[in-house]
Amino acid sequence: MASTTSHAPDAGWRKHLPVLNALLRYGILIIIGFLMLYPLFWMIGGSFKNNHEIFSSIGFIPKEPTLDGVINGWKTSTEYTFATYLINTFKIVIPKVIVTVISSVIVAYGFARFAIPGRKYLFALLMATVLLPKSVLLIPQYLMFREFGWLDTYLPLYIPQAFAVEGFFVFMIIQFMRSLPLEMEEAAVMDGCNSFQVLTLIVAPVILPAIIAVALFQFMWSMNDFLQPLIYLSSVEKYPVALALKMSIDVTEATSWNEILAMSTIAIAPSLILFFAAQKYFVDGITSGAVKG
Amino acid sequence: MTNSVKLTDVKKSFNGHEVIKGVSLEVKKGELVVFVGPSGCGKSTLLRLIAGLDTPTSGEIHISNKDVTYAHPSKRGVAMVFQSYALYPHMTVADNIAFALKIQGLPRAEVDAKVAEVAEILQLTPLLKRRPKALSGGQRQRVAIGRAIVRQPDVFLFDEPLSNLDASLRGQMRVEIARLHAKLGATSVYVTHDQVEAMTLADKIVVLNAGHIEQVGSPMELYRRPANLFVARFIGSPNMNILSVKVAGAAATTVTLETPQGLLEIPRTGVVATNGDTVSLGLRPENLHVAADGEASHLKGHVVLIERLGGETFAYVALKDFGNDPVIIKLSGEADLHNHQEVGLRVDLDRAHLFDAQGLALGQPLGAAPDVGAGHV
Repeated sequence: MASTTSHAPDAGWRKHLPVLNALLRYGILIIIGFLMLYPLFWMIGGSFKNNHEIFSSIGFIPKEPTLDGVINGWKTSTEYTFATYLINTFKIVIPKVIVTVISSVIVAYGFARFAIPGRKYLFALLMATVLLPKSVLLIPQYLMFREFGWLDTYLPLYIPQAFAVEGFFVFMIIQFMRSLPLEMEEAAVMDGCNSFQVLTLIVAPVILPAIIAVALFQFMWSMNDFLQPLIYLSSVEKYPVALALKMSIDVTEATSWNEILAMSTIAIAPSLILFFAAQKYFVDGITSGAVKG
Repeated sequence: MTNSVKLTDVKKSFNGHEVIKGVSLEVKKGELVVFVGPSGCGKSTLLRLIAGLDTPTSGEIHISNKDVTYAHPSKRGVAMVFQSYALYPHMTVADNIAFALKIQGLPRAEVDAKVAEVAEILQLTPLLKRRPKALSGGQRQRVAIGRAIVRQPDVFLFDEPLSNLDASLRGQMRVEIARLHAKLGATSVYVTHDQVEAMTLADKIVVLNAGHIEQVGSPMELYRRPANLFVARFIGSPNMNILSVKVAGAAATTVTLETPQGLLEIPRTGVVATNGDTVSLGLRPENLHVAADGEASHLKGHVVLIERLGGETFAYVALKDFGNDPVIIKLSGEADLHNHQEVGLRVDLDRAHLFDAQGLALGQPLGAAPDVGAGHV
């Protein structure tokens, strides 16, 4: 313990120890944080560079800032502007988030509160699907959706989510629900609620942090999802951002990296904005399920 | 309509383990009945059966002369106050109280009027806009009670409503509940493990043990005439002293007991026992007194421990030749005693209790009417 001892003549410097300590700690944290975020800064900086500057310097601040990357990138090399692809993305992501939240909450409530026969085994099965690599499902699912005639539509991308297929989300909500006092729900039953009303009027508002966390996770993962749209979508006019970006790397021989960086920056903006807007709830949602007694 | 709640041979098993072993009980309209018993005796389970949160394995439950054995909790005319308050954390106090009425679909104006009325009764009016987390324990409890009152149920159910409060607040809320019950006159079933709550609040106490009823009666009746050893030990603080003795003779109005310190004759009628039977003599701590010098005493022993609580003193006296645990005596706060002191004890023989080998009360005290109002805890 570094306590100051007044009678020792050379102990004066010790009283600055906490300040030095803080400087050292924050110094290291800032340096490491900067290193980790550097690619992100570089991407944003790269959006405003011209194409040959990107590879000529490691710095992220453009020497000759230009909007060419943004303007040309937005136009894209296709007949559609980047706006089309952004809207397409939301056409997939928004329904996906909504059905994920609804189905996960309902299934979690079932697992957490109802004595369903074989609940233990069903839950184990659900957990097992979390461990299952997504790619093993691709071929059977593709064949199934082809039979449904859903190829080149957005349906295969979000309809499965209506059946609470994300075991991780269900698990997360179950854990959160388990921390709720049962008496609260019993009070609601005594007040005249049926199970559905207990869920919608009492449980759902109380587990809102968990719901927001699920919505955010799903939003970010879906924004970034590349494989599924690639498999199910064939017409360019239906492409989401992830495919559109890849497309601009393919089509021209000399790739305009500044355009790609500019559009990537725009593409991550919604996730970032949403995350910071919901940060308070999101962090609550991750931690409180575990900590709350 | 004299019965508000009627249980007929109610049984409840969980996973083949019988928790309620056939309980029959009637609660009259306007009565406050307290279920009391050690933890795990089934008192909360019984309350949940009445509430409809669990259904009995067999038996019938009637509320206001309607068979509600399998009815939905909200259709029974009961409202419940939970131990943990169980308020809805995302709603204001007003919304918490109004919730049941809104679910029923009452018009808004009517709901608001009822909430205002209840808030007035419970002095919650200034808190109506607050969320539960901004309330103290006592206030939360009042909201929980308000949520029950607003539905104007036939029967109120209280599940250990005061056990989450600290001691002084508990005393205060106990008085408030008693006042509220006097004011509303509603039939109430109240579960507690705290015998002070049971004694002070109850019109009728139901002592439960291991899933069956040990005795039903008014607080003083249970105190004065416990039907068995369990009730005798459970009601009263400190516990009743139980001494193992032998019957030496039973006459019409007296029983002679043989103790290691000689014969003891206690007035009691209707005792059926054979000489030599081992019985239990029950003596309440306040019915034992230290005999003054020269005064005749019934039992002798020496003090092993003295607990001074200020207003009163408990002395633990090891009786000579008895081999029992020391008996506890309740004395005044100023009692002049010290450890190892040899004392003679005077016994209020007319207040002695007698139980047979099965633990059932033997005979009755003379002048069977209990004198209510005598000092008790």
